[in-house]
Amino acid sequence: MIFFVVRRSFFAIVLLLIVSAFTFWIFSALPADPAALTCGKNCRPEVIESNRERLGYDKPLVEQYGAYMKGIFTGRTYGEEGSSIHCPAPSLGYSYDRHECVTSLIASTLPVTASIALGAFVLWMAIGVGLGTMAALKRGKWQDRVATGFSVIGVSLPTFFLGLIFIMVFVIWTGILPFPRYVGITENPFEWFMALLLPWFVLAIISAATYVRMTRNGILEVMNEEFVRLGIAKGLPRRRLIVTYVLRAALVPIVTIAGLDFAFLLGGALVTESIFNLPGLGKLTLAAVVNSDLPILVATTMVAAVFIVVANTVVDILYGFLDPRVRAK
Amino acid sequence: MLLPMSGTGGDTMNESVRGDVVAEGMSPFRLGLARVRGNRAAVVAFWVVMFFVFVAIFAPVLVKIFNIDPYALDREAINDFGLPAGPMGGISWDHPLGVEPGTGRDILGRLMYGARISLLVGAIGTILTTVVGVTLGMIAGLRRGFIDSLISRLGDVTLAFPSLLLIIALANPMTQRLESLGVPSGNTARITYIMTVLTLFGWVYMARLVRGQVLSLREREFVEAARSFGAGTGHLVFKQLLPNLWPQIIVFVSLSLPGFVALEATLSFLGVGLLAPAASWGIMLGDSVRYYRAAPTYLFIPGVTLMALVLAFNLLGDGLRDAFDPRSDRQQL
Repeated sequence: MIFFVVRRSFFAIVLLLIVSAFTFWIFSALPADPAALTCGKNCRPEVIESNRERLGYDKPLVEQYGAYMKGIFTGRTYGEEGSSIHCPAPSLGYSYDRHECVTSLIASTLPVTASIALGAFVLWMAIGVGLGTMAALKRGKWQDRVATGFSVIGVSLPTFFLGLIFIMVFVIWTGILPFPRYVGITENPFEWFMALLLPWFVLAIISAATYVRMTRNGILEVMNEEFVRLGIAKGLPRRRLIVTYVLRAALVPIVTIAGLDFAFLLGGALVTESIFNLPGLGKLTLAAVVNSDLPILVATTMVAAVFIVVANTVVDILYGFLDPRVRAK
Repeated sequence: MLLPMSGTGGDTMNESVRGDVVAEGMSPFRLGLARVRGNRAAVVAFWVVMFFVFVAIFAPVLVKIFNIDPYALDREAINDFGLPAGPMGGISWDHPLGVEPGTGRDILGRLMYGARISLLVGAIGTILTTVVGVTLGMIAGLRRGFIDSLISRLGDVTLAFPSLLLIIALANPMTQRLESLGVPSGNTARITYIMTVLTLFGWVYMARLVRGQVLSLREREFVEAARSFGAGTGHLVFKQLLPNLWPQIIVFVSLSLPGFVALEATLSFLGVGLLAPAASWGIMLGDSVRYYRAAPTYLFIPGVTLMALVLAFNLLGDGLRDAFDPRSDRQQL
C-alpha cells in the first residue's frame, strides 16, 4: 500500500513537471514579447532591454524555467541592488502590467473562486444526488420523468445563458436580489452570501444535471447486485436497505468524480466569474488575456493544473484504499 | 419490446449463429436504428437537428426568400439611442425577429448564418477528435506494449491541463501565430485555432474508449479466426474491429457534438472565439449583455435557439445511447 502511494505521488510530481514545462514553453514560444509588454506603446527600446534583463527574459528558456521553479521554493528578486523587486516564496513571477507579484494576485483572488466553488459544490451535490436518488427509487413514475427532464435540460443549458437569464429575472425584472458585488466573508458574511447566491445556483444547476443521471444509473445498477437481493430476501426494511447499503455503494464513485469536478472549478470559474463580475481566478485570467499579461497566464494555468493533478492523485489513492484491485494494477 | 436484450454491438457473430434469437438476422446497426425509431423524444430531436442543418445549408437562399440581410446595417430600424425602434426588439414584417440594438442588423438572418458557424465548428471539431481519438486508441490497443503506454501517458498529461483556461489564454497569441504561418487572417484563423485546440484536448476520451474495446475485442474468437487465416492489420482494423466499434463511436460522437457547439458559443461570448461581424450566436449573446434592460429579446432569441440545438443533440444522443448500448439505463429491477 505504501508502495502504491509513493508510486502514485511520484507520478503526480512527474506529471506536474511536464505540465509546468509545457506551459512555460508554449507561452514563451508565442509571438508576444513579454519584455515589450512591460511598458506602454511609446516605450524606448532601452527600457525594454533593461526590463528584459531584469526579468530574466534574455536568458535561454531552460535557464528561465529553472529560475522560475527555484523561485517557487526560495522566492525571487528581480534586478540589481537599489531598484530590485522582491517576490517572496512561493514566487510565481512578477506582473509588470499590475506592478505586483503574481503570487499575491493569486492569493487575493483564490478565496473568491474558492467561495464560489465550495457553495456550488454543496448545492449541486444536494440537488444532483437528491433528485437522482428520487428518480431511481420512483423509476418510471412522474418523479423520475421530472428528474430526468431536469437533467437533460441542465446539460443543454450553456452556463452563460443561464447566468444571464438569472440576472434578468432576479435582478432586473423582479429586483429580488441586488447585482452581485463581491464582499469578503470576513467583512460582511450576509453580503458575501447574497452576492454568491446566483453564481452558486447557476453552477449548481448545470453541474447537478450530470449528477442526477450518474446517481440514478448508479443506484439502479447497485439494485441489481446480489447483496441487495439478499437484503430483500431476508426482509430488511426498504428504507434501511437503501440508505445503509444501496446509497453507500452507489455514491462512492460519484463522490470521487465530484472531487475532480470541484478541483477543476477551483482553477477558475471563468464564465460565471465573468458574468457576475466576481474578482476570482477566472476573472484574473480573462483580464490577463486582454492585457497579454503572460506571467499571470502562466501562473493561473499552473495553479489550475496543480488542483487537477492533486485531486486526481488523492482520488486514486483513496480508491486504492477502498479497492485492492486498483493497487495491484 | 420485441427485440432481444442481448443484441449488443459486439455480438454479431453469436447472434447469427444462434439464429433463433433474431428473426431475420438484423445487423446490430439496424437493430439499434429500429430502437431509436421507437423513442419519440429522439425522433423529434432528430428532426429538430435536421431543421437546423437545413437552415444552415440554405441560409443564403432563405435570406433571399425572406428578404433579409444579416450584415446590412438598417438605420431605419433603430432609434436615436441605438435601440430597436418599435416594440419587442423591433419585430416587424421587415425583421421577423427584430433587429440588433446599435447596428440594426436583422436577427433572423444572423441566426441563420449563426447556425452555419455552430454546426460547422461542431461537425469539424467532432470529426477531427473522432478521427484522432479512434486512430490513437486503435494503435494503442493493437500494438500494446511501449506504444500503448506512450499514448496512455500522453492522454494522462493532456487531461492534467486546465483545458478551457488554456484555450482562452492562448486564443489571441496563437491566432496571430497562425496568421503569420499563412492561414487567412481574421475568423478563418480563429476557427482554425479553435479546431486545433479542441482536437488536441479532446481526443483522449475517445482514444480511451476505443483502446479498451480493442483490447477486449482482439481476444475474441472471430478476431482470432481472422488472424489464423492470415488476415493483415488492415483487414483486422477495417473489417473486424471497426464494424464492432461503430455503435459506441456513434453514441460518443452524438454526445460530444453539443459540447462543441456550446463551447464555440462560450468562447465567442467571452470574446476569444469568433469576432464580429461574424454571426455567431455566442457573439450575439455577448453583445446582448449591454442591452439587458432595453432589448431583452436580443438575449432570449439567440439564447433559446442555441439551447434548442444543444438540447436536440443531447436528446438524440441519449436516444442513440439507449438504443446501441444496452448496458445503460435498460436494466430491469
